[in-house]
Amino acid sequence: MAIVFALSLGWGGLASASCFGAQAVVSRPAPTPYLASTSARLARLEGEMRHARDAGDNAWMLTSAALVLLMTGPGLALFYGGLVRKKNVLATLMQSFSLMAIVTVLWALLGFSLAFGRGSPFLGGVEYLFLRGVGAAPNLAYAAHIPFETYMVFQLMFAIITPALICGAFAERMKFSAMVVFTALWSLVVYAPMAHMVWGDGGLLNASRGGVFPTLDFAGGTVVHITSGVSALVTALYLGRRIGYPREPMPPHNVVLSFIGACLLWVGWFGFNAGSALAASPLATSAFVATHFAAAAAAVGWGGAEWIRNGKPSVLGAISGAVAGLVAITPASGFVGPMAALVIGLVAGVICYVMVAQVKQRLGYDDSLDAFGVHGVGGTVGALLTGVFAARVINPVFKNHPVGLIDGHPAQVLDQLVGVVIAWTLAAVGTFIILKLVDALIGLRVPPEHEIQGLDITQHGEEAYNL
Amino acid sequence: MKKIEAIIQPSRFELVKGALQEIGVQGMTISEVRGHGRQKGHTEVYRGSEYTVDLLPKIKLETVVPDPLAEAAVQAILKSAKTGKIGDGKIFVSSVEETIRIRNEERGDAAL
Repeated sequence: MAIVFALSLGWGGLASASCFGAQAVVSRPAPTPYLASTSARLARLEGEMRHARDAGDNAWMLTSAALVLLMTGPGLALFYGGLVRKKNVLATLMQSFSLMAIVTVLWALLGFSLAFGRGSPFLGGVEYLFLRGVGAAPNLAYAAHIPFETYMVFQLMFAIITPALICGAFAERMKFSAMVVFTALWSLVVYAPMAHMVWGDGGLLNASRGGVFPTLDFAGGTVVHITSGVSALVTALYLGRRIGYPREPMPPHNVVLSFIGACLLWVGWFGFNAGSALAASPLATSAFVATHFAAAAAAVGWGGAEWIRNGKPSVLGAISGAVAGLVAITPASGFVGPMAALVIGLVAGVICYVMVAQVKQRLGYDDSLDAFGVHGVGGTVGALLTGVFAARVINPVFKNHPVGLIDGHPAQVLDQLVGVVIAWTLAAVGTFIILKLVDALIGLRVPPEHEIQGLDITQHGEEAYNL
Repeated sequence: MKKIEAIIQPSRFELVKGALQEIGVQGMTISEVRGHGRQKGHTEVYRGSEYTVDLLPKIKLETVVPDPLAEAAVQAILKSAKTGKIGDGKIFVSSVEETIRIRNEERGDAAL
């Protein structure tokens, strides 16, 4: 979300200003400051200050972009890789890694333009095809103080992780070729329009840039988590269960890998959420704190619920809870304070536990690694609770108008609901059509004998553990 | 010659090995195995999916001893392997017709 800070240069006495100016002059062979006119010196001073602020913002945004990439590889790859059986671990790692490559190429060619170019309220246009015009100059529609190219690469990392999240639903049974075609189409048909509607210039849900519905989504509750989670559910239902599920035991082959992955996700999420402030600003700090608190509370929520229910708090439960909390705080992170973040995390931790451990068992669908239970459910809970807890004091974009339910603007919950319904609908319909298409073209599932032998050998010709 | 096969708790293996060496048992072969008798395993829960793990890790120890040593070896294993709880394992004793040392083709007790 584009939050533009107008930094006033009107403050500050001349004394301190000339002090900065003298320092700047020392480092370069410029004319002596005494000969320059006061206005010329002031102009140079202003330029130096802008440069310093922009450099700080750009440093944080490039760091954030790297952190978000770290979430997919190795974070999500290890988180998912540990949860599958050992005959499928390489195939699962490869799903995440291949998206780091494939989505990047698509993004450069047309994905970024479809998401962030000017177009209709539903989809971007063609102005940034092949990244034309995406360079060092900031784009004021998105972020005033960082190169547009930085914004482009930061957004790319979100586009990578979103389809990678879906892989949890079809793990252990989809052909690699089908997965590649499915996710490539998905990133253009589902991700790009949703990103455009919420964050794009003129997007339907982007009220601050000419949209109709003011749905609040700071870092991607609808765009990333609802779209991926709902698509995961549709894919799991369409593909059917893995052979032997739920009769045969399919325990995670290495919870240690999942543990490392979840901890990397937690750290990477600071780039995801605090980076969505698009500046090294106090808002970034606020989002950072909210993110961390929600993860902690959700780990307590899921772990605690499990402790009460089973008599033991499992490691897998605690780390799954943390991820659920991170998902839920994503849309809210730039709009809520630390106490609200604790509540959102705790609620999401408990609800996602109930969905994954109780409801899924009863409904009987095979969402192998709970991509829907964590991202679809956690994302929906987070998007709706954003409407409850958003507060004007947290984010300057509201200019002191009340926002969330508790802040005195109950209608925000309905605006959130609009975003949720659109994200669910687009994801469900788009995913179903793509699945039908890919199924007709090349088939989705591996043959049963390959599924039993494992995807590592049959899809990639390798084994993970040659001990 | 008697062959003694003992399925024991992995945690008691070092004690059993020591006890056998003390009474003069010269060699043994051990393997890490999984199995169950009356002990019925445990349950593991991953995100609400319950799995019963009923094949538990055990150590299988095999040794062949001269007839006069057999009862002492059994007693040594009993004493060192017993915890008194379900899952302590079993000892099987059987007769062996012949033993041949491959290196020099010695036979019988001399080959043990």
